[in-house]
Amino acid sequence: MTANAQHDAQQSPNGRSEAGKAPRVGLFVTCLVDLFRPSVGFAAVKLMEDAGCRVDVPAAQTCCGQPAFNSGDRKDARAIAEGVIRSFEDYDYVVAPSGSCAGMLKKHYAELFDDDDEARARAEAFSAKVFELVSFLADVLGITEVNAQHEGTVTYHDSCSGLRELGIRQQPRRLLRSVEGLELKEMKDSDVCCGFGGTFCVKYPDISNKIVEEKTRTIREAGASLLLAGDLGCLMNMAGKLKREGSAIEVRHVAEVLAGMTDQPAIGEKRRG
Amino acid sequence: MVEITSPAFKANAREALADAPLQRALGHVRSGFIAKRAVAAEALPEFDRLRDNARDIKDHALAHLDLYLEAYADKVEAAGGHVHWAETAEDARRIILDICRSKNARTVTKGKSMITEEIGLNAFLEEHSVAPVETDLGEYIIQLRGEHPSHIIAPAVHVNKDQVEADFRRVHTHLDPDRNLDEPTTLLGEARAVLREKYFQADIGITGANFLVAETGTSVIVTNEGNGDLTQSLPKTHVVVASIEKIVPTLEDVSQILRVLARSATGQDMSVYTTFSTGPRREADPDGPEDYHVVLLDNGRSSMLGTEFQDMLRCIRCGACMNHCPVYHAVGGHAYGWVYPGPMGAVLTPSLIGVDQSGHLPNASTFCGRCESVCPMRIPLPKMMRHWREREFSRNLNPAAARYGLGLWAFFAKRPALYQALTRVAIGTLGLMGRARGRFRAMPLAGGWTRYRDLPAPEGGTFQAQWAKRHGNSRRGTR
Repeated sequence: MTANAQHDAQQSPNGRSEAGKAPRVGLFVTCLVDLFRPSVGFAAVKLMEDAGCRVDVPAAQTCCGQPAFNSGDRKDARAIAEGVIRSFEDYDYVVAPSGSCAGMLKKHYAELFDDDDEARARAEAFSAKVFELVSFLADVLGITEVNAQHEGTVTYHDSCSGLRELGIRQQPRRLLRSVEGLELKEMKDSDVCCGFGGTFCVKYPDISNKIVEEKTRTIREAGASLLLAGDLGCLMNMAGKLKREGSAIEVRHVAEVLAGMTDQPAIGEKRRG
Repeated sequence: MVEITSPAFKANAREALADAPLQRALGHVRSGFIAKRAVAAEALPEFDRLRDNARDIKDHALAHLDLYLEAYADKVEAAGGHVHWAETAEDARRIILDICRSKNARTVTKGKSMITEEIGLNAFLEEHSVAPVETDLGEYIIQLRGEHPSHIIAPAVHVNKDQVEADFRRVHTHLDPDRNLDEPTTLLGEARAVLREKYFQADIGITGANFLVAETGTSVIVTNEGNGDLTQSLPKTHVVVASIEKIVPTLEDVSQILRVLARSATGQDMSVYTTFSTGPRREADPDGPEDYHVVLLDNGRSSMLGTEFQDMLRCIRCGACMNHCPVYHAVGGHAYGWVYPGPMGAVLTPSLIGVDQSGHLPNASTFCGRCESVCPMRIPLPKMMRHWREREFSRNLNPAAARYGLGLWAFFAKRPALYQALTRVAIGTLGLMGRARGRFRAMPLAGGWTRYRDLPAPEGGTFQAQWAKRHGNSRRGTR
């Protein structure tokens, strides 16, 4: 892994990281990675440790609170946010392998504390330290290439929150181009929603299905053998649809490929051998 | 009033998804509008700054709405026009009917206007023996079909050419039955010829307004067909029907917002016609109406001021949000069940008809954020849909099963130690069950998911359990 010295020079938002000292990162695992695909969490840890970070995983974490927040339940969302902030606010950085969860932590926590200036300021200080994994590697650590190999064609789906809330578009593509043997084949409309939308996909299954059908069509047309994205929710939705359609296209989180950790079966595939 | 079918959104959506011609038509929305807007925005380096500017103009106007409305009304009257204040849709209909009666009007021509859709004007006028004639081609087609617009700037976007031909043959019985109507241009020519007669017959012309200008008392419309100009300048009476948030302070402000309007809507630099009307015809004017009325409609908008929904009043009805919405692309406009579809409808409709009637609308969104990213007025549409969900949640309007499930989940999500003990067992079991195939074709309580897609099985063992095994007691934050 090639990292420039940018993070040495850069003060962490709370000023704790001194020049030359390894940044301390709290990994926000995200509930879906925790439950369905731990290998994404380990890939995230590897990528950040290779880049010279000290990575911790606080045990006191469950979910970012989005299901409550997006269902209109601010009270529970706020209680969950308070717990996350308490667990993570001492780290230099908080990193999540998901644009959606990182977006929640970074862009929405502060508004949960609108009625309390002190709590809001605390949330804002926390949010300033939050990054999505690939954006953290590329934008904060200044990494331009990874030491990984993947023989084959891949296509990349831009998950909505990462793209539109956090501006993640070129970062994963740049890093993917540094993977030896990997050929990137862009799909049409890679920035269009896959139809997951959290609880949307089970509240409005017919509409969600129509949207993911459009998405798998453009994925197949891209002609790649592996689909990547940065959000497990979207990945499970697209993988589930591709498998139901009988497609042989494999689906993985982008971190797995960047970390060179693709021994696990792809999402929704059975164990080999 | 337009019939409200928003409570049946799910059934409407299913019907729309099974409607093959509709699905073909929606494909055009997906391809055409998006590409054209992208080119137009790309061609203007200052586009994003213009959006900021447009937002600021409207924010200022809304912050001083009372002041600007009064200034506007004074200017209209100084120019010889009449201003009518309508608090409700019913008030607006009554005022317009009174004007029609005072002129003994039999026929009124209409320019394209979503406000007259909102107040259900056509049906009301027909009930009272006044014949409304829509003159925008899309609206004319919709009127012949007895339908409502499915898109705010392309009302007949769900209709295909063959359907239009059949409608024209059914209604235009005075024309040669053997005439050729194969080409869109011949259909257009026929509509133009039929409508031209109507303009001359009309006693009153009714238009909406894209802007009302406080400094001059001017109403502004933008069109591509020129029908609006004929509607408002040929009859003896011109009635403008507009909602109160159309107000902007100055003509300069109009020209600023116009720079983002057409680009966002159709990708045009400007619409073909932008027409400014100030009062009735003056002595030196070559043409124009003898009488000029403005009906200013509130219909619930003033109660949005000062709330979390005020930003919605910046909307200039360009349609970019629905053009870029995956849900709109899937189900089209009629599924939303009232006048305003797509993301802007999902926010505005609950404000105007009540969230208890239209609760599905702000929920049927993936929060993909594409609408906000293209909105020329930078309206935070997903955020406001979420505010509607908060209102529903606090009033217990969402389904009991969903509330119960959410409450149970939140109970555990707030208690990490308990959550992890539980998920360790549950995921371990699920992982074992899914081990053979790597995915499930069906899953109790997950029917919404597995009806259409497989559910990937967990790898086995939660991340937290595996990490604890590797790192033992040295962990921080363990409870």
